[in-house]
Amino acid sequence: MANHSTSMISVRGCNIKLMRGGSGTPLLFLHGASGAGAWLPFMEALAARFDVIVPEHPGFGDSESPDWFDNIHDLAYFYLDFLQQLDLERVHLAGISLGGWTAAELAIRDTKRLASLTLIDAAGIHVPDVPQFDPFIVSEEQRIRGFFHDQSKADEMIARVVRPETEDVIMKNRIAAARVAWQPRGYDPDLHKWLHRIDVPTLLIWGANDRLFPKEYASAYQKLIPGSKAVIIPECGHIPQVEKPDAVVTEMTAFIDQMKIAA
Amino acid sequence: MKFFNFHLMPYRHADLDAIEKNGSAWVTFSNSHYDPKKGGDLYHEYLDQMELADRLGFDGVCLNEHHQTAYGMMPIPGVLAGALARSVKRAKIAILGRALPLVNNPLTIAEEYAMLDNLTRGRFIAGFVRGIGAEYHAMGINPVVSQERYAEAHDLIIRAWTEPGPFVYKGKHYHFNYVNPWPRPYQDPHPPIWIPSQGSSSTIRWAAQKRYTYAQTLSPIATVARFFQMYRDEAEKAGYTASPDQLAWSNTIYVADTDEKAMREAKPHLEALLNRFLKKSSVEMLLPPGYTNIESMKRVRAAKVNAKPSTIEDLVKQGVVIVGSPNTVREKLAEYQDLAGFNTSLTKTQFGSLPDDMTRANMTAIAEEILPHFRDRLPQGRPAVAAE
Repeated sequence: MANHSTSMISVRGCNIKLMRGGSGTPLLFLHGASGAGAWLPFMEALAARFDVIVPEHPGFGDSESPDWFDNIHDLAYFYLDFLQQLDLERVHLAGISLGGWTAAELAIRDTKRLASLTLIDAAGIHVPDVPQFDPFIVSEEQRIRGFFHDQSKADEMIARVVRPETEDVIMKNRIAAARVAWQPRGYDPDLHKWLHRIDVPTLLIWGANDRLFPKEYASAYQKLIPGSKAVIIPECGHIPQVEKPDAVVTEMTAFIDQMKIAA
Repeated sequence: MKFFNFHLMPYRHADLDAIEKNGSAWVTFSNSHYDPKKGGDLYHEYLDQMELADRLGFDGVCLNEHHQTAYGMMPIPGVLAGALARSVKRAKIAILGRALPLVNNPLTIAEEYAMLDNLTRGRFIAGFVRGIGAEYHAMGINPVVSQERYAEAHDLIIRAWTEPGPFVYKGKHYHFNYVNPWPRPYQDPHPPIWIPSQGSSSTIRWAAQKRYTYAQTLSPIATVARFFQMYRDEAEKAGYTASPDQLAWSNTIYVADTDEKAMREAKPHLEALLNRFLKKSSVEMLLPPGYTNIESMKRVRAAKVNAKPSTIEDLVKQGVVIVGSPNTVREKLAEYQDLAGFNTSLTKTQFGSLPDDMTRANMTAIAEEILPHFRDRLPQGRPAVAAE
């Protein structure tokens, strides 16, 4: 799609890929464990209203793997530096899965550059007694199947993504994801203690049929983040921005609009 | 050549169909399939076999470490080494090895190995490994930092054995204000260190540089020869000539009166080992992210994708195992020793579901028909294979 640019930028000496499109107030989207990938339809739709900024995390895809990258806290501080360097203010911060976890870690540290926070099927906390699908012990194909409620959409993604020429980048992404999420599996035992610090309007968007971080996680996050609103999308798995992009765009836009009215 | 009786201690009563149905004998194969009454008896059966190896004249016995699997019942090999320390009177006792990155305090391994070295009055051999990929699923250790943790744990253990304590150690993964383990090792400066590996070039280089004995795990003899040549080349680069004593081949040998009888008897038990006990449900279980670099990962993935179930005929042909009459086994072993240039045979005499009586008959046949012919035999001729 034409309405975006892709470049490499250096943030405090670390080179990362950055996709950016649209105009308006800035919306920073943090991707999940599969990397930033391509400019997707939901990004294009949001770009009609916002300056959509999609960096690829250090360690993932086309971005560099810096020596300092050990854990989720490193990513959170990196994006605080990123906001500072790009001098972004009143930012709508959104993240999916591992990116949602990163966004939550960032927000408990400092919300002064944020206008709102949207967590989509986010990792980061642990809810006891809720069985979770383990994406690390299965093949890439089985992993993608685990993401979707609608398996025909899984078939499409497998056909698009699992190819010999993508083997290197898939492995690089899995290594980066394992680095932050292997143990404890997809959460930071300390994060839940500090979520009360998040003082910007927060929206939680969750797939009703998420097998990785089931909808009980949305309820748990809602209890922990003061005033947060949860929206459960029916017939949807772990990656609503891909499986139900229209619903995600509608919910995010409506939430931000309502916020403006309230203000 | 020296002969070590290498035991994996499989849960040989495992329901092979249940393993097939689960897709793997590792990590996800429920321990409800383990019957403690049978397991308790198996430990004694296997320890008795190790003691028999000592009496039969094997130079050593070997144990190793694997977790959450029917493939081997030795998550804590030191327990069994301790049990053998007083009953194995003459042979060396080797643990090949403990998986260093899996522990959060490597000093416990320095302590355990030093105790065994004292208990055996210096008959102990210390193996260090990273553990196979499945271990990182089982033990909740991040595979991405496996190599870092291995290197750091190794350095800490060697320092703990060789530097007067107490001293302070601050690494990236391990931190101690007091490093001062009692007892110190019996052997001076420490027990011999052996490094088993599947053939990673960086491991081979490192082992050669450190002059540690390199043990090649289950592989076709042509591959073994290539890796051993790599070790000799790395030793030359490091400024010395490697001795055949620094190279150990991990194999399986089965001897019966005739080739035909040996093949027939070994077949179901050996194929159970390869196609059931060793089976992993996915490449991801065997190779978790970061366990090795992307290039090695792609190589292994390609090999696994094309892998067919192994038959005993294939294994014999490729020289992964030696099965046959005493004469056949002697010929093959001599041929392989000369080809690859090793001077230690780490021999599984029990494998897969092989029962006790057949194992003991095999051990006795090896001790009587094979060992005496190789006692003073060194690799002959120049190794014929060049490393890549």
